[in-house]
Amino acid sequence: MLASYILFFLLFLVFPLGTLIMKSVQDQKGNFVGLKNYLLYLQEPALFQSFFNSLFIAIASTIIVVLLAFSFAYALTRTCIPFKGFFRVIALIPLLSPSILAAIALVYWFGNKGILKALLFGNSIYGPIGIIFASVYWTFPHALMILSTSLSLSDSRLYEAAEVLKTSRLRAFLTITIPGARYGIISTSFVIFTLVFTDFGVPKVIGGNYNMLATDIYKEVVGMQNFQMGAVISLVLLLPSLIAFFIDQYSRKKQISLLTSRSVVFKPKKSFAVDSLMLSYCAFITLIILLMIGMAQFGALVKYWPYDLSFTLKHYQFEVAGLGWESFYNSIRLAFYTAIFGTVIIFVGSYIVEKLRSDERLRGILQLFTLMPMSVPGLVLGLAYIFYFNAEDNPINFIYATMTILVINTIVHFYTVSHLTGVTALKQMDKEFESVSLSLKIPLYKMFWKVTLPVCLPTIFDISIYLFVNAMTTVSGVIFLYTYNTTLASVSAIHLDEQGDVAAAAAMAMLIVYVSVLVRIIHTVFTKGVLRRTQAWRQNSLTVVEEVRKA
Amino acid sequence: MSEKSIPTFLSVEKLSKNFGSFEAIQDISIEIEEGEFACFLGPSGCGKTTLLRCIAGLEKQSSGSITQKEIEISMLPPSARDFGIVFQSYALFPNLTVFSNISYGLINHKWGKDKITSRVNELLDLVGLKSHMAKYPGQLSGGEQQRVALARALATSPGLLLLDEPLSALDAKVRVYLRKQIKDLHRKLGITTIMVTHDQEEAQSMADRIFVMKDGKIIQSGSPKEIYEKANSSFIADFIGITNFIDAMVLKKNKVACNAFEVNCDTEDLNLGHPVRLAIRPESIKINHTVSDVENCVGAVIMENEFLGPFLRIYVESTSLSNELLMIDVASNSFTEMDLTPGTQIHIALPPDQIRVYLRD
Amino acid sequence: MFKLLTRKIPISSILATTFSVLLSFSTSVFAGELLVYSSTDADNLKYYMEEFQKDNPDIKVNVVRESTGTMAAKMMAEKDNPQADFLFEMAATVALNMEAEGMFYEYTPKGMDKIDQRYVDKSAPVTWVGNYGWAGCICWNRIEAENLGLPKPKTWAELANPIYKGHISMPNPASSGTGYLDVSSWIQIMGKEKAWKYMDALHKNVAVYTHSGSKPCKQAGSGEFAIGISWPGRAIKIIKAGAPIDMIIPEEGIGWEMQVVAIMSGTDNLPDAKRLMDWTLGRGMSLFGERQSIIADPSKITKDPDLPDFYDEVQAKLINNNFVWAAANKTRIVGEWKQRYDGKTEPKK
Repeated sequence: MLASYILFFLLFLVFPLGTLIMKSVQDQKGNFVGLKNYLLYLQEPALFQSFFNSLFIAIASTIIVVLLAFSFAYALTRTCIPFKGFFRVIALIPLLSPSILAAIALVYWFGNKGILKALLFGNSIYGPIGIIFASVYWTFPHALMILSTSLSLSDSRLYEAAEVLKTSRLRAFLTITIPGARYGIISTSFVIFTLVFTDFGVPKVIGGNYNMLATDIYKEVVGMQNFQMGAVISLVLLLPSLIAFFIDQYSRKKQISLLTSRSVVFKPKKSFAVDSLMLSYCAFITLIILLMIGMAQFGALVKYWPYDLSFTLKHYQFEVAGLGWESFYNSIRLAFYTAIFGTVIIFVGSYIVEKLRSDERLRGILQLFTLMPMSVPGLVLGLAYIFYFNAEDNPINFIYATMTILVINTIVHFYTVSHLTGVTALKQMDKEFESVSLSLKIPLYKMFWKVTLPVCLPTIFDISIYLFVNAMTTVSGVIFLYTYNTTLASVSAIHLDEQGDVAAAAAMAMLIVYVSVLVRIIHTVFTKGVLRRTQAWRQNSLTVVEEVRKA
Repeated sequence: MSEKSIPTFLSVEKLSKNFGSFEAIQDISIEIEEGEFACFLGPSGCGKTTLLRCIAGLEKQSSGSITQKEIEISMLPPSARDFGIVFQSYALFPNLTVFSNISYGLINHKWGKDKITSRVNELLDLVGLKSHMAKYPGQLSGGEQQRVALARALATSPGLLLLDEPLSALDAKVRVYLRKQIKDLHRKLGITTIMVTHDQEEAQSMADRIFVMKDGKIIQSGSPKEIYEKANSSFIADFIGITNFIDAMVLKKNKVACNAFEVNCDTEDLNLGHPVRLAIRPESIKINHTVSDVENCVGAVIMENEFLGPFLRIYVESTSLSNELLMIDVASNSFTEMDLTPGTQIHIALPPDQIRVYLRD
Repeated sequence: MFKLLTRKIPISSILATTFSVLLSFSTSVFAGELLVYSSTDADNLKYYMEEFQKDNPDIKVNVVRESTGTMAAKMMAEKDNPQADFLFEMAATVALNMEAEGMFYEYTPKGMDKIDQRYVDKSAPVTWVGNYGWAGCICWNRIEAENLGLPKPKTWAELANPIYKGHISMPNPASSGTGYLDVSSWIQIMGKEKAWKYMDALHKNVAVYTHSGSKPCKQAGSGEFAIGISWPGRAIKIIKAGAPIDMIIPEEGIGWEMQVVAIMSGTDNLPDAKRLMDWTLGRGMSLFGERQSIIADPSKITKDPDLPDFYDEVQAKLINNNFVWAAANKTRIVGEWKQRYDGKTEPKK
């Protein structure tokens, strides 16, 4: 079992990447040239600029996102503000929208003809400001999810102790809340850093002349078809992400659970000043997100922005451009398959890593593999797939240019987060269940069906929706891999934008948002229904996590 | 103790287990008889749980072998061995009812519905939980959950019952109650049982035989009484029950010198001048108001006393004997006649046959 | 029933089933089908391919369209095991590198003699043919320009005037074929030294270099920047959509680029690929003439009465572009361009 997963990763991650990395030490004809490409690259004037630009953007976005998301998460978990559910739902919207949507909305708001252009004080949206704004926008939900989990796990006894000792709310915040969420904050920082550092969608559409490593790869590969240099930059790009990632893993290991079974779940107390401050803050953030989405929707409905603002539905007749509803249906198919197959593969994988007794070294290797996709940019993975799977002597060459390769690519691309979600849920299960089953001579798979699966059902639903939503919006990994009968909505949106059909691009992007929202709603309703039947046992015995989820 | 009339049920030979460079258990050999209640006792990290898990097959030994009923099982997977197990955390399946938890292991037996139901009922009777059949584990108290776990482990009628710190997560009162229930069950079913615990009281009250472990080795084994009375090291004497330690030095055969007092005791074959540590249980020290001619009698002052229900524990100072306070337990029904208020001058006597002498290093 | 079934299935067989179902989505292309790669405009492509399909109902045409760069990257990456049967339209400066790599199949389509010789592969063996082209132009937003008080330029040279500072957007030659067309044509029109001097001055005025050749005109159309250096086809489309755009054909002449059509070597459907090739120079040509202004057989052009008559002007201003030179020197020229402008570009205020 473990071996089959190692094989999976070798086939769909390690070998393809290896093939691509090989290119970095070859010339255009495929001869070995050692480090010549690297030396050439080091001489490029753009290199250091791009590197520092990427670093600057990633760090600035990380700081802003962590501050914003922390405050938002704090408001949701530690105050008594109303409409928490509403705020939470809206805050997750950026997760459902392709990056082109943020770019279009930003141009409409802050571009040279933008309504709010004055707010930039003469600075251009095409550049670091736009990249940071859009990066903050799309990474905000990621940060919010991690931070609200880490903020919601807290022991109210600590706060009672502080109150008895006459500690001010501010001091309690600084001495209990912040240290308690420390690892969450560190973890979030690294995740956001990696996401922004490796993303090429945002800088490509809003970056203007601002060079970053991810767009450099794009220019080398797409502009010049220079795969050798593209591979070199990919490696340069991989480096900081990998370092960030391993530091994060290291700090995770040092994290000790602050919550014991005897902890009492924190219940926020009312405070007019704090609550009204936080309420206005949440309302403000929510408003910004709604304004972004609203502008994109508006842009999709007007005839010709900004000169003819009369409403029309014609931009939804994508037939005009030849890229249309078919790609939209394909995207739904891709998302559906990715959710189904990805959930099975990833959850079983996390079960194997977490619960089955196996060779420690192999397990370590598999764990490393599961963490790798996080730091591999989609563009790099997509290219690597062409080189590897289109080779004539590859026995699984037949999956090339099919729906299968898109599904697998998407699963691998979004593997890490889903895997960690699965592992977290499994860790909460008693580690002796397997021992008990073995002692009762019940094969583990029977227990898997009867206990593990039903208990982890909420997590499994979460993984599937995560995969679905990401498969709807992903571009970078699949842009090289789709074929005539597997065109995708997210890619179409980009094409429409490139062609100048901004309104149609916005329309397509909004369709993606709507379908994701719809699936989310169905998911919520369905989950509630299924959980009512399968999770009866939870009703009288809420675990800490459940209580947190409810609160 | 008994001659070879009772057959050996389980024998462990030269078993070792390493985790990397850490040796969790080293070269352990033990034999457990059919129907015996054995207990692995020791402080945390002594390797007792590892030993149990090796016997269950949940860990794979690094070397050595395990034989159960004359069949070598060392290489068998847990599912091919014959045992039931109960864990400290209960490990009840949260999404299954009490009934389904207990019947969980019976699915494999291809029994009919009726047979399963009657077997579960029988077990629920055994642990006294008949009325909780349809509940989920989360709706039960800790003690009830552990009884369900016990019933689940016994459901398939295994030859060996393994208990891994089964009572450690429970409240004191429930713990004492369950101790008795498990013991009764053992007596009723006669199933060979191995329990792991760090609680010496638990071990003493339940086990037929105790294996005391330290740093991956078994350092003493025997009946609870033997272990208590004839602890073979100061570590065990300290670990099992409560003991007074008095530093001394061997003066001559059967005579040791404390601060300013010479004590008669069995020095066995210890050399002269060797530093030793005397151990004596609080209940073994006798007290008198006047000097008597019993052996090892010395003056002391009562510093403090604690009422502990069935007995009174007094703390006395006797500087000629030791720099530390000594504890003496006096039965509740006997101390009413004596004045034991702090400050009272008394005499204490240490009966030589109650004193254990250990080497001091 | 489901419960009964599932309880008996080991995890390993779930995995096995998952993978086999997943792999079963891989359906290969059947013979009798033609896989066409293209980087032309999506709506035009759809129209042409539908018409071809009507003329040849026995052939099933499957089309993949990507922007020039992405398509080329995909094709070069697939080089060792080509997927496509046919390349329908890709910028010559990119496609000719593929010819050099031996990626095209040798075939001389019927009707080669009827077209403009500039569209013909002159180095034997014949592997490709140009069918139509596009050129550089300036998109000029009347409304914005008036608001900003900008004079309407007539030449490329005028764009270097500092009054246009911050009002021009232009495609980046490193990532856009149109961008390279402009740069390579300026070098051919002005000569190497003067061209770079011109671009130095132009660089100071450019507000943004885009990754797509259409985007500058689109931006001009939406008023983002008053001037977009782009291409006529896009300009026409935007004018038709209602934007206040004038198309300017600079007097020095305009660089142009043709779309190349070729059969991919390694095709497993040669007969149908040949039919598409022949169709391109036959009925296809009149269809191109309905929609394009620069085609291999200019006699087939149908002028759109709704648009200003720019057809002859465009034809007249096309420079004598040396495609082979432009393709062969792309890496060098773009490298120099990047050295000068890309590495040190900062976001413009």
